[in-house]
Amino acid sequence: MTRKLSLAVAAGMMLFGTAASAETLKIGLADDPDVLDPDQSRTFVGRIVYTALCDKLVDIDPDLNFVPQLATSWDWSDGGKTLTMKLRDGVTFHDGEKFDAAAVKYNIERSKTLPESRRKSEVKSIETAEVVDPLTVRFTLAAPDATLLATLSDRAGMMVSPKAAEAAGAGLGANLVCSGPFKFVERVQQDRIVLAKFPAYWNAGAFHFDEVIYRTIPDSTVRLANLQAGDLDLIERLSPPDIPTVKGDSKLQVVDVVGLGYQGITINNANGDRAKTPLGQDPRVRKALELAIDRVALNQVVFDGAHLPGNQFISPQSQFYNKAVPMPARDVAKAKALLKEAGAEGFSFEMQFPNNPDMTRAAQVIQAMAAEAGFDIKLRATEFATMLKEQSAGNYQATEVGWSGRVDPDGNIHSFMTCKGGINDSKYCNPEVDKLLDGARRTNDLAERKKLYAAAIEILDRDRPIIYLYHPKWIWALSAKLQGYKPYPDAMIRIEGMKKAS
Amino acid sequence: MLAYFLRRLVGIVPTVVLVSMFVFALQQMLPGDPALALAGEERDPESIAYIREKYHLNEPIWVQYGYWIGGVLQGDLGISLRTNIPVTDLLLQKLPVTIQLALMAIAIALLIGIPMGVLSALKRGTPIDWLANVAALSGLSIPNFWLGVLLILLVSVKLGWLPASGYESPFDDPVQNLKTMIMPAFVLGSAIAATMMRHTRSAMLEVLRSDYVRTARAKGVRERLVVLRHAFRNALIPVVTVGTLQLGELLAGAVLTEQVFTIPGFGKQIVDAVFNRDYAVVQGVVLCSSLAFIALNLVADMAYFFLNPRIRV
Repeated sequence: MTRKLSLAVAAGMMLFGTAASAETLKIGLADDPDVLDPDQSRTFVGRIVYTALCDKLVDIDPDLNFVPQLATSWDWSDGGKTLTMKLRDGVTFHDGEKFDAAAVKYNIERSKTLPESRRKSEVKSIETAEVVDPLTVRFTLAAPDATLLATLSDRAGMMVSPKAAEAAGAGLGANLVCSGPFKFVERVQQDRIVLAKFPAYWNAGAFHFDEVIYRTIPDSTVRLANLQAGDLDLIERLSPPDIPTVKGDSKLQVVDVVGLGYQGITINNANGDRAKTPLGQDPRVRKALELAIDRVALNQVVFDGAHLPGNQFISPQSQFYNKAVPMPARDVAKAKALLKEAGAEGFSFEMQFPNNPDMTRAAQVIQAMAAEAGFDIKLRATEFATMLKEQSAGNYQATEVGWSGRVDPDGNIHSFMTCKGGINDSKYCNPEVDKLLDGARRTNDLAERKKLYAAAIEILDRDRPIIYLYHPKWIWALSAKLQGYKPYPDAMIRIEGMKKAS
Repeated sequence: MLAYFLRRLVGIVPTVVLVSMFVFALQQMLPGDPALALAGEERDPESIAYIREKYHLNEPIWVQYGYWIGGVLQGDLGISLRTNIPVTDLLLQKLPVTIQLALMAIAIALLIGIPMGVLSALKRGTPIDWLANVAALSGLSIPNFWLGVLLILLVSVKLGWLPASGYESPFDDPVQNLKTMIMPAFVLGSAIAATMMRHTRSAMLEVLRSDYVRTARAKGVRERLVVLRHAFRNALIPVVTVGTLQLGELLAGAVLTEQVFTIPGFGKQIVDAVFNRDYAVVQGVVLCSSLAFIALNLVADMAYFFLNPRIRV
């Protein structure tokens, strides 16, 4: 009888013990992710969720070096045209299927051939993926591609269970099956995504939460209020004006890091009739515009100094930054002189910008600064989808717009500034720049790539089809109890090593 | 009455068709390109071409409408371009949330607005009337969005009584569900309560001045009965009209309030869908809420029958 009782008590305590230690991490996202299938999705917040849900072949460290994840080591051969990867042993997908070279081959082929795939251009350089042995896969490329590892460290490198993908086809997003530290439980559109710990994960010991809940809260004030009320543990994209509030609250902490992207002014160079203005045609006018803008003051006034001013497509912290092309100080006199020389004094142009408070304030400050140098900028706030359309159709003179940034510098520049680049909305075209940027794509030699990018930066700084202004920082606010959060420049929230202090 | 009801029911069909055509045409007039909006930052030309083809975006607008209405007749509202989820599933996910929020808001509005209106009509010109009017004016003037944020800061952040936002299904956890819904329902309800109060007050004042109330009083009917049985019941007709109109609007989604409290109802859905040019979802939500609106009007007309015997004749 006593034994039975003590057993019952012990069982009860065990139950109680599990219940007490069941930890949930609640993360507030600024947008609602789109379809949760790495081959089909396109949103930034979707990638945050994948970070917990889907392992990739390689990952990055905070300094943007590639580190093993599902691939434990890799080798380039055949002059950069073959990439051989050794895979991690004993990895299973959330449905219990084994992860191996055949699964990698299936995933790459899915990215290349699924009609709904948005990864096609990213994996275009891979001609074939072959199974060498169960734990070795070999990619054969048509031409060397220095960006491939970066590609495989993102959505194209995320491995889904072939069995689940085969069964669900394009509907995989309803119940995504990957091999990450957490598995999919449920999703309520525009509200939440719930993940549960995957006990069979190869590195399960490094994850200290039983459940992760992502909640979508678009309004930054409300996102912060949820954190303050203790309903969330971590929020992304804290609004810069809220930094002092969070810093003044002993229950909260702020973490930030300079991101991979930029904000700048894209100028219509040759995209239709609206390019035919002194701004579009005369580099001196563009230089005058740049000299009229005080980037440091802009950052200070609009963002309380939260971001990092810059003048190249990569931030001054990047190893590819060309120090020989430093950020110019504001020089109104010189700007005026240049405008006079170009015969464009009092020149008026229209600048569109995304209709949100931050961009509006930035545009107004730019307008005021440029006015002092003799520019008359007409501002046009434009809803984002409309702006995209206007820009790609050439119905614009200048746009204040940014880019979220990619791990490899190629992703910040190649499609923007090469003659046939898919998102080259300014239609800037310079065969010399094409040669340099193509060259940097085709070599894995870091020193050589740096040289090529440096040369391209010099030309682009002369021609200025895009005037780069600043590199946004990613800012997170989290509960002071949350320990071990490491910010990464790609802004992904990696849960590994994070813990809640009791 | 049955004939009347049936006649109204048949009238729904052309109304809904007209509404859907109108919305479809309006959406096409929106600047921007859904394929571009959905292709992602890289705007891969292959993806764009695929999206255009799959969702018939290259076809003329009347062909696109044909595809859509053809699907609707077979019970298929299409697929969300953004999430790949059938629109019907999305609507089924959102509809209960929106209905619950709308009903709670209208209940709060009725509970506050009607007694306040009756009271201020009875106590016309006294400080009570004055106070009720000031309260109503504030309810009408304070933007929902602002009131919502203030309430979150006070009730959730400072006092810690209720969760700041979020939603819990009543089937999973009814208590938590009420906790998350009460603030948004109050925010929505308080604004409607103000309108209700004003309408109840003026209707009551009018009725209280009428001959039959004077007659009732002259007959020596007790004041309580005069107010409740003779006056109030007749004063309810305009209140029913206003209430149904408001409920109909609520069912179309409370955009700002849902945004603040992150309630996953129609409001949030349609805003996201418009920004992403997710045409099928916009169409689906509009179809659903216009149906609800029409049905509610029908219910209101039925209610008149019961409230006012003169209409029955």
